[in-house]
Amino acid sequence: MTQARPRRSEFDIELKLLLDAVYLKYQHDFRHYSTASLRRRIEQAMERYETPTLSQLQSRVLREPELFSDMLQYFTVQVSEMFRDPSYFLALRQKVVPMLATYPYVKVWVAGCSTGEEAWSMAIMLREEGLLERTLIYATDINPRALATAQAGIYALDRVAQFSTSYLQAGGKASLSQYYTAAYGNAIFDKSLKSQIVFSDHSLATDNVFSEVELVSCRNVLIYFDRELQARAIKLFHDALAPRGFLGIGSKETLRFSPHAAAFEEYVGPERIYRKR
Amino acid sequence: MKRDASRIDAIAIGASAGGIEAIGMLLQALPSPFVPAILVVLHVPPDRPSAVPQLFGVKCRLPVREALDKEPIEPGTVYIAPPDYHMLVEPECLLSLSKDAPVAFSRPSIDVTFESAAHAYRERLLGIVLTGANSDGASGLATIRREGGRAWVQRPEEALANAMPAAAIEQAGADLILSLADMAQRLAHLRSGRLVAI
Repeated sequence: MTQARPRRSEFDIELKLLLDAVYLKYQHDFRHYSTASLRRRIEQAMERYETPTLSQLQSRVLREPELFSDMLQYFTVQVSEMFRDPSYFLALRQKVVPMLATYPYVKVWVAGCSTGEEAWSMAIMLREEGLLERTLIYATDINPRALATAQAGIYALDRVAQFSTSYLQAGGKASLSQYYTAAYGNAIFDKSLKSQIVFSDHSLATDNVFSEVELVSCRNVLIYFDRELQARAIKLFHDALAPRGFLGIGSKETLRFSPHAAAFEEYVGPERIYRKR
Repeated sequence: MKRDASRIDAIAIGASAGGIEAIGMLLQALPSPFVPAILVVLHVPPDRPSAVPQLFGVKCRLPVREALDKEPIEPGTVYIAPPDYHMLVEPECLLSLSKDAPVAFSRPSIDVTFESAAHAYRERLLGIVLTGANSDGASGLATIRREGGRAWVQRPEEALANAMPAAAIEQAGADLILSLADMAQRLAHLRSGRLVAI
């Protein structure tokens, strides 16, 4: 039962056409993004660009590359915090880092890193665990503006109080203030952390594996994908992971409904940390 | 009267202040088996795991779960929106979660769930707005009605906080404005998913 009737509204039709157009013109593939939340954000974009119909917005998107890059913020969601879900980072620190420490050289992939908070958090944690100097962190996203912010490592000071609290809950060994200098209302994070991070453009929808890694952290990214694209991304993580490598996903995400579920085992179940079988 | 013969596949319930008691009362009244799926959005603090699913679980004869991303919606199951996520319904009737910005300071937002459920279920959806001290749910309830679904609202005079039901009635209108006790009784009659005139 609970099947929706197949009647498509004009909006659904126009949305499909817009996503096809964006793919053909810009090679950004949103055709397998979750419809429900995308619909809301596209409605917001229509308000923002004052186009009464989606077809009119599509026409502008095709002809104005500037508008498209501005509009990327409506296709993807850029919300992140440092040490978001501190218990996840605590589990990484206590249960995963000791395993990573047995390798001579470690690679970590923060997939869908958005504005970079998680990649910087990862670098701070690895430094405190004495692992950063022999770790390379790949931080990837499809949004060039988000990547530029990530690369800068500058965050509004008024967000940093929350970051500090989470840092301590995540098992932080010092004070977060040790890793940034405050200037003009911003916290500028220590550039030496960045020497081990590579920020790079990568799409889970269209790109392939680029390196073997021991840990993939991809949290609250899969929720924006439909099941088919989720399966593609999880396959990609599986292929990128070294034997017995680790995968961390968001606290309300699960591999349970994925065709690749059997390729992983739960490692820290409640924190959604899995291990490649 | 022909509308009364239609079938309800899902019931979306939104509440804020005073909502634990009000939703609890409705869930308690539901018989098992029960055909429609139930989607619950209750405003909860964002920063800690919610005890709500457990709390409702002991009161309700139906399975009660916190929603997981891309979970298929099953009949007779109660899904609770997790703290700090919006809960949406995909057109193919899967649940989806999102970290999109809070809507009117709320995440989960009742409007977000109602709107996406309205698009997925259309006339087979019943939206219910209960007690609360803001106006979340009003615009979502209007969407539900626009898509052909039903709207029930708790009588504002009876609600612990009357702003939310009052806003819903003003912005969306309602098919029925009911006391909780009356609503509970009518919900129990929906066990087969058939709306019968009572």
